[in-house]
Amino acid sequence: MAGPVLAVSELHKRYGRQAALAGVDLEVEAGQLVGLLGPNGAGKSTLTKIACGLVRPSGGRVEVLGRPAGSPQARAALGYLAELFRFPGWLTAAELLRFHQRLVGSGGGEAERRELLDLVELGDAAGKRVEAMSKGMQQRLGIAQALVGSPRLLLLDEPTSALDPVGRRIVRELLEEMRRRGVAVLLNSHLLSEVELICDHVAIIAGGRLVKAGTPEGLAGPAAVVVETGSGVRTFEGSVREDAPRIVAELVAAGESVYRVEVRHSSLEDVYLDAVGGKTG
Amino acid sequence: MSGPQLRSAVAVVGLSIQEGIRRRVFLAVLVLTAGFLALYGLGAHFAFKDVDEFAAGEPLILDPHAFTGATIFGLAMFATLFLGAVLAVFLTLGVVRGDAESGLLQPIVVRPIGRTTMLVARFAGAVMLSAGYVVVVYLAAYAITDATGHWAPDHLLGPALSLALGVAIIAALSLLASTVLSVTAQGIVVFMVFGAGLTAGLLAQIGHAIDSHSLHTIGRVASWALPFEGLYAAGLHALISGTSGLTGVVLQLGPFGGSEAAGPGLIAWAFAYMFAVVALAAFVFSRRDL
Repeated sequence: MAGPVLAVSELHKRYGRQAALAGVDLEVEAGQLVGLLGPNGAGKSTLTKIACGLVRPSGGRVEVLGRPAGSPQARAALGYLAELFRFPGWLTAAELLRFHQRLVGSGGGEAERRELLDLVELGDAAGKRVEAMSKGMQQRLGIAQALVGSPRLLLLDEPTSALDPVGRRIVRELLEEMRRRGVAVLLNSHLLSEVELICDHVAIIAGGRLVKAGTPEGLAGPAAVVVETGSGVRTFEGSVREDAPRIVAELVAAGESVYRVEVRHSSLEDVYLDAVGGKTG
Repeated sequence: MSGPQLRSAVAVVGLSIQEGIRRRVFLAVLVLTAGFLALYGLGAHFAFKDVDEFAAGEPLILDPHAFTGATIFGLAMFATLFLGAVLAVFLTLGVVRGDAESGLLQPIVVRPIGRTTMLVARFAGAVMLSAGYVVVVYLAAYAITDATGHWAPDHLLGPALSLALGVAIIAALSLLASTVLSVTAQGIVVFMVFGAGLTAGLLAQIGHAIDSHSLHTIGRVASWALPFEGLYAAGLHALISGTSGLTGVVLQLGPFGGSEAAGPGLIAWAFAYMFAVVALAAFVFSRRDL
């Protein structure tokens, strides 16, 4: 069986006396969409930058398809969109993609450029200069740029920060398409609802450490049915929506008066806030 | 450098050239250079005309025609070096730290091209343009001088190549500065270094003229530490290396930096210096977190 596309093991990074990452382990498999969550300064961007060779780790290992991160083979296998990025404003969208095709050695030509621009719904903007585009359009162009050469690993750092709801939907659909194509995606985002919606796996980082990881459903934990009765509020942990009629029937049969029923489930936001201790960077 | 890396390097050089064309940088340089050469042509015409009238029938210990030709062509060389240095600095401005801070660099260096190839490509692009520029302007100034005064330097191509190599060294120093300094600091530092190099050359000539061994040594050491000045002085010297008598002695002092023959190994040292500076820039860049 093939190994993970991205393998992070015991990763450490120090900036002077400040530890940005203090022993993080993480794996992203082919076709898996992993959401990386954490407060500002938690080390998410540092981890992503180490994975694409922009930052040198202080310790630990990061491999892309079994090759050390930052090596030419590892770089050839990935696409990256930084949180802070800028493209030469005088280039048109098609020219920018052509430039990156030449950097990657992609032979996709015009067909690849058209397909990528269509994927991010910029098909009509191929001849538009970057400097004439809105921030949201530039962000979508940045995603198209990251996809040049059909990378096996996609590293996206806050790719929807400048997008409106329509733009976010476009990116969501694009990421789902990448998953179908077997691309491994590591997504840094502050948008918990988005991560919850599209990611197969979530990793929460705080203070440079991985504090929680799992599927969004698994992390969200057991639900509960809360019933307000004549004798007080009773919580039935682990019960789901479908259990509510039975619980109510049993309470009534037992002579309780039922005034209100609420089905609760802990959201990813609850899990996140619990994991990071309500901290913000 | 592997085939794919070479292809990527060509793409990066091509992008720089395309930017120069699209941003009308080259057009501005072309127009200003045409202005400079027109002004130079006018100055050369009247300088030769007036000197020829002034010297007609007078027995002089100086050769006024050679003196005028060498002086104004020396001025053209100085201006050409300065314009080439400006071009070299601006073409390498913010290549590392500046572009990293603005987010332009990261999308490129995560590609297989790698940092060293990217840096060398940017350097090669800057050198091709700025060194090519000084050679063309130098030759144009020569053609104007020849046309207006029928004066030609003793050596034509040697000074041109000295200027080109000098500008390449300035580009290398600017590239190194870009790995650690912000854009503004980089521009200021490189132009100050450029000025310091030329001043060192003048100091050496003053030391030579007043027979101050210490001053001459200080100036020479400084100009070898910044060899673009040594190359410029060698280029100036090559203009008049065959001119003898008092005219030759006076011209050696020159108004725009003294001329001095290229010592043994100057060219080899200049190349080694340039490669060492680029290698150091690549090393610093390779250690830098982006």
